[in-house]
Amino acid sequence: MTAETVEPASKVELAPGVGGGGEIPSFDITLKVRRYNPEVSEEAHWDDFKLTMYGTDRVLDALHKAKWEHDGSVSFRRSCAHGVCGSDAMRINGRNRLACKTLLKDLDTSKPILVEPIKGLPVEKDLIVDMEPFFQSYREIMPFLINSGHEPTRERLQSAEDRERFDDTTKCILCAACTSSCPVFWTDGQYFGPAAIVNAHRFIFDSRDDAGDMRLEILNDKEGVWRCRTVFNCTEACPRGIQVTKAISEVKNAVLNRKI
Amino acid sequence: MQVHKYDVVIVGAGGAGMRAAIESGQRARTAVLTKLYPTRSHTGAAQGGMCAALANVEEDNWEWHTFDTVKGGDYLVDQDAAEVMAKEAIDAVLDLEKMGLPFNRTPEGKIDQRRFGGHTRDHGKSPVRRACYAADRTGHMILQTLYQNCVKHNVEFYNEYYVLDLLIVEEDATREDGSTYKQKRVAGVVSYDLASGEIHVFQAKSVVFASGGVGKVFKTTSNAHTLTGDGMGIAFRRGIPLEDMEFFQFHPTGLAGLGILLSEAARGEGAILRNSDGERFMERYAPTIKDLAPRDIVARSMANEVREGRGCGPNKDYVLLDLTHLEPAHIDAKLPDITEFARTYLGVEPYTDPVPVFPTAHYAMGGIPTTIKAEVLQDNDTVVPGLYAAGEVACVSVHGSNRLGTNSLLDINVFGKRAGIAAAEYAKTAEYVEVPEDADQFTIDLIEQVRSANGTERVAQLRKELQDTMDANVQVFRSEQTLNETLNVIASLRERYKNIGIQDRGRRFNLDLLEAVELGFLLDMAQVMTVAALHREESRGGHFREDFPDRDDEKFMKHSMAYKDDLATSESVAGIRLETKPVIFTRYEPMVRKY
Repeated sequence: MTAETVEPASKVELAPGVGGGGEIPSFDITLKVRRYNPEVSEEAHWDDFKLTMYGTDRVLDALHKAKWEHDGSVSFRRSCAHGVCGSDAMRINGRNRLACKTLLKDLDTSKPILVEPIKGLPVEKDLIVDMEPFFQSYREIMPFLINSGHEPTRERLQSAEDRERFDDTTKCILCAACTSSCPVFWTDGQYFGPAAIVNAHRFIFDSRDDAGDMRLEILNDKEGVWRCRTVFNCTEACPRGIQVTKAISEVKNAVLNRKI
Repeated sequence: MQVHKYDVVIVGAGGAGMRAAIESGQRARTAVLTKLYPTRSHTGAAQGGMCAALANVEEDNWEWHTFDTVKGGDYLVDQDAAEVMAKEAIDAVLDLEKMGLPFNRTPEGKIDQRRFGGHTRDHGKSPVRRACYAADRTGHMILQTLYQNCVKHNVEFYNEYYVLDLLIVEEDATREDGSTYKQKRVAGVVSYDLASGEIHVFQAKSVVFASGGVGKVFKTTSNAHTLTGDGMGIAFRRGIPLEDMEFFQFHPTGLAGLGILLSEAARGEGAILRNSDGERFMERYAPTIKDLAPRDIVARSMANEVREGRGCGPNKDYVLLDLTHLEPAHIDAKLPDITEFARTYLGVEPYTDPVPVFPTAHYAMGGIPTTIKAEVLQDNDTVVPGLYAAGEVACVSVHGSNRLGTNSLLDINVFGKRAGIAAAEYAKTAEYVEVPEDADQFTIDLIEQVRSANGTERVAQLRKELQDTMDANVQVFRSEQTLNETLNVIASLRERYKNIGIQDRGRRFNLDLLEAVELGFLLDMAQVMTVAALHREESRGGHFREDFPDRDDEKFMKHSMAYKDDLATSESVAGIRLETKPVIFTRYEPMVRKY
């Protein structure tokens, strides 16, 4: 239920300078982009772009500036530009992040900013990778509610606590930042990877779902949860702040105890 | 020419497309073509909720919801359509819950509901809790849940296939009164495969357009980079009219300067707007429901505060969204994502500081005209057999001149489902329309012309000039002068568009080329919107004319229908002819719209 709040005052004194702002200073950066286009050459290389950017700009803005003003062939995926669609996961200074959620001012702009495709998936062109193996693993864990009982006329009831149990893993946007940050996945592309396990977790711990055992069986496979070495790269990489390693551990425990 | 054959082809894999696919896929052989991956669609950016009169937390019924929708749309809503939507809303929400959507729950375990702008109890008496939600990521949950169910039902997706043409054939036909006309029939679509650069023709008995909106005609927008009006543009080029394109919604609370959406749910949970005097100014503009007035009214009030010098910040160009009187725990539970946006992108801590906001281009009320069965109309009464549209690309019209918050998530579910069922049912008995031999020629010409373009104009520069002009002249305040100025700018941009150059001439993932194609759609759609806005000499809902500040029911209580007019007849402007279509009334007489 919505908590009742006190009716706010019709008028308040605003602190001076509220809302921040002032002149936003611009600054110069060097953006180093990993380039690869098999139509042109089998060799990948780096291209440098010297760009003038502003205080609120993100790495995606820098990529757009490079593409729109310097070299139209720089290729990368993007859509929403504010961290909810999951198109623009990439390695930025060696870390997996969303380009649209990484502010330039939070990086060390005195050095070149390195932008590469995420690892472990075949590179198609520049920062674009083949996402199909990633979605294949996702599909294999049966990422949909399975319920064997009669359908109620109204909604199924679920307590707020039961709903909260799997809240963290519902946030996943399938950007692949976690899976492609995992050293196990880099060397073994057969491994389901963190994202698939996160999405299995989302259903295994949903009180409305009846297929938890089937999913646990799938993840008990040699390419399943036991491949995880708790490196925590995935947790660090997740742009949605999901406790990925914790979710994987919970699935491991559930496999062992067969108790959800 | 690679030809695929399906019973039903759905263009777009956002909420409407995937909701349609779940229905159609179980009834007929269905393919879904999307220029992205399904989970990248902008439905996922919707935040606040989806309204349905479940009455889980307080008294409510679908008739009140219908009334709010009609009044919210300033009476330009087709009332039969609004009734369908409000009635079917209840099942639409329950369907999603059964598919697995993790709604927030009440203490009894039912779907929780909260307040939203313009949704009221008993015809405007006070705000009502009608929006079903999952924190402030309801759209994300809807998109994920629909995708999950598409996976469950083995829906066939063609990812990163850009549909660039609609195959229509025309047949001579005679009306009951003996007059003759050209009956359009759909044969399929033509698409461009991003990965390979190949052209693929999809022959289909039914085609469903669910390709979303056109927010990228504006500079400050909550819309994704990819929302370039392709679906509307393709249909328009093939002689399908566009309805009510002058009505574009500006969402009141975009992050200032960036346009990133902060949900109306913030105000639903108690946040308020303040000007530079610290005043809760909505008390003056909408004394009864204040900050929860519909979006057109709030957005205009904000713009007016700024115009009259009560804006905040160094340039006095925004107002403030104040959440500081709300409990941080409450904010974390109900509004976690949007408060993170404020922290990430503006460095503002919403617990303690108000957030700079200004209206951001958000939603096209207009689009491809359809019946309540989601059938596309080629004029006021004639259905194009086999062609359907749903969601933002369509105009049913349930939103009239201003959409209420949450009604778009509802629209995609109700009319997406209807479109999917109707398309599959039609395909069961219909014959294929033969695909013309040169079906892909138009698309090949379009692509090759751009691929070889080596002029001096940059696509990004032209797009920026278009967006700057639209923001300056076709935003919440408009006038004959600003609209005419815009038409002149667009005309010159179209000339310069002929002289563009691109740099990537390859076939593989050529987004340089596609951005140029998309700019073509943006120019077309901006022109239609502006011509329609010029034609409507009144103020209603999201369309406010400074030179005609009042609603004029006598002259303008009707939908506009914009047709491409290649012959440029005397009454057409910029190759666009405007006609009108009657509004459907069932139970509500137009009244003065006050909140």
